[in-house]
Amino acid sequence: MSETLVEVKNLKQYFPVKAGFGKTIPLKAVDDISFEVGKGETLGLVGESGCGKTTAGRSMLRLYTPTAGEVLFDGVPVTDKNIMHMRKQMQMVFQDPYSSLDPRMTVEDIIGEPLDVHHLCSNRKERREKILELMNYVGLNAEHARRYAHEFSGGQRQRIGIARALAVDPQFIVCDEPVSALDVSIQAQVINMFEELQDKLGVAYLFIAHDLLVVHHISKRIAVMYLGKIVEIADSDELNRHPIHPYTESLLSAVPIPDPDVTRARQRIILEGDVPSPLKRPTGCPFRTRCRHAAEQCAQECPSLTDRGGDHQVACWVR
Amino acid sequence: MSECLLSVQDLHTSFFTDAGEVQAVNGVSFDLNPGEILGIVGESGSGKSVTAYSIMQILAGTGRITGGRILFKGQDLSKWSEKQMQGFRGKNCSMIFQDPMTSLNPVFTIGDQMREAVVLHTDRRGAAADARVKELLELVGINEPEKRMKQYPFEHSGGMRQRVMIAMALACEPDILIADEPTTALDVTIQAQILELMQSLQKKMGMAVILVTHDLGVIADMCDNIIVMYGGRICERGTAREIFYNPKHEYTKGLLRSIPNVNNMKKKLVPIAGTPINMLNLPKGCAFCPRCDSAMKICLAQVPEEIMISEDHKASCWMNVRAAYEEVIGK
Repeated sequence: MSETLVEVKNLKQYFPVKAGFGKTIPLKAVDDISFEVGKGETLGLVGESGCGKTTAGRSMLRLYTPTAGEVLFDGVPVTDKNIMHMRKQMQMVFQDPYSSLDPRMTVEDIIGEPLDVHHLCSNRKERREKILELMNYVGLNAEHARRYAHEFSGGQRQRIGIARALAVDPQFIVCDEPVSALDVSIQAQVINMFEELQDKLGVAYLFIAHDLLVVHHISKRIAVMYLGKIVEIADSDELNRHPIHPYTESLLSAVPIPDPDVTRARQRIILEGDVPSPLKRPTGCPFRTRCRHAAEQCAQECPSLTDRGGDHQVACWVR
Repeated sequence: MSECLLSVQDLHTSFFTDAGEVQAVNGVSFDLNPGEILGIVGESGSGKSVTAYSIMQILAGTGRITGGRILFKGQDLSKWSEKQMQGFRGKNCSMIFQDPMTSLNPVFTIGDQMREAVVLHTDRRGAAADARVKELLELVGINEPEKRMKQYPFEHSGGMRQRVMIAMALACEPDILIADEPTTALDVTIQAQILELMQSLQKKMGMAVILVTHDLGVIADMCDNIIVMYGGRICERGTAREIFYNPKHEYTKGLLRSIPNVNNMKKKLVPIAGTPINMLNLPKGCAFCPRCDSAMKICLAQVPEEIMISEDHKASCWMNVRAAYEEVIGK
């Protein structure tokens, strides 16, 4: 891996949930995760809904105040005090291109807002030029600047969201399901744009998504989450070829591949049942209730990530 | 063809909105044979769901079938009365929807809702109906069916709810099951469970299935035959292998190039340029030609006829005419 840019250490994010009579119990959305993102690298974060992948991304940028743990950017801890400064380096692209843009602002104002907040432009002319440059980066025309978000299609709105994130010249962007709301033929346009921007600007991504084929395509490394824990991290090709954790294995085998011969010849590992509620986490390994290989030890103690060689980390007792 | 179960012939469906007539389905024809799994794939707004709704005749208020015929076992459904259609839905043809959250009634128990389907379409009553409900829930792999029958939809997960929907759709052992994006709202591992269930039930009961989806992976996994739709028309149809390995329509080719696949992981994706068409303002010629790299003059002017590529493969693209012509003149 190249030089580390962002380091997440033992990040925990609990939300209080009312349990009646003034009592609250913690919902452990993200429970003690650690990982690193290198400079100019893409780390994919996958998992099913409710596994905490979005929360992890938001906690890293302090959209929530983490319960415990640290996020280091270039070796400097991100705190409430320096977050304004840090957000010049770390930005976010949101999932829903419809609700993440203010309908009463023009494209120019949406993209210009981060420039104003961080006082990056000294005069109107400079601001205007910067905005047009950003729009050009993401493939929007200059005449779009005075229009409102509702005048654009989903793919174009996502481009506006990306231009807004790029406005402060960040080195790191958290992309939270940026293509899942888009049509198949538009997805490829946006994925390609992410890749081109990375080549041009050297920005690193944390690419959160549930579509494993998309994540495999764009990411250099992939982290798999289950019930608030990271169960496996590896190079993306390595992970797809040799998944070690039983959850990763079944997740990969469950993805329908758009190739009739390949997908029909495959052995599918069908998991029983549903993901347990994060309020009623199983003891020990969170996956053990659905795992075919669960042993006694799995119920007692939660496995932590261990290196299995070649930067392939897995949290599993059995394998 | 005598054995053909359902035959859709030149179907036109429009929605009459304030902004004008939206021709959602524009001359769609296909045959469905008993026991066949037919996939209809397309982007949002391609008319794939409206085709399914037209067969069931459950279009929203402003929608109307404006032309064409739908024959079920040789009988024209448009001549059937509403009463006859009620019999058709459920008994001959039933449907499962995308969102299992909203397609179940939240204020009735699962048992009540399933009993309704059984009582309406069969002569089972009381305890016999309950027994049938229990049997159906067991069929779709729901544990403790008696307990589940007393529960409300909110007490079930998404995957469970979709199982209940399938059980309900199968209550009268229909000849045709239409599944409209049955797994789109579900997680990958749950999707695999539901697809597996649908495959095994199809084998067991031998019904025909129309699977409407935008997910090419699901289509590749499940279907014998595939119809690709764009802008309310069929652009290509054929067996699964023909469509995936020998696509002959520029849209199908583009679609297959634009999705990440096991073979193109490290290569750049080739997106389809532009945005999906505005259905209020359909082009005169081929609906795909504004986004097509190989568009020719004729594509702008005239809608391509369906051209036979082989016995089980047809495509509506002028490029094939050109290719055939070039072959003849020996270019």
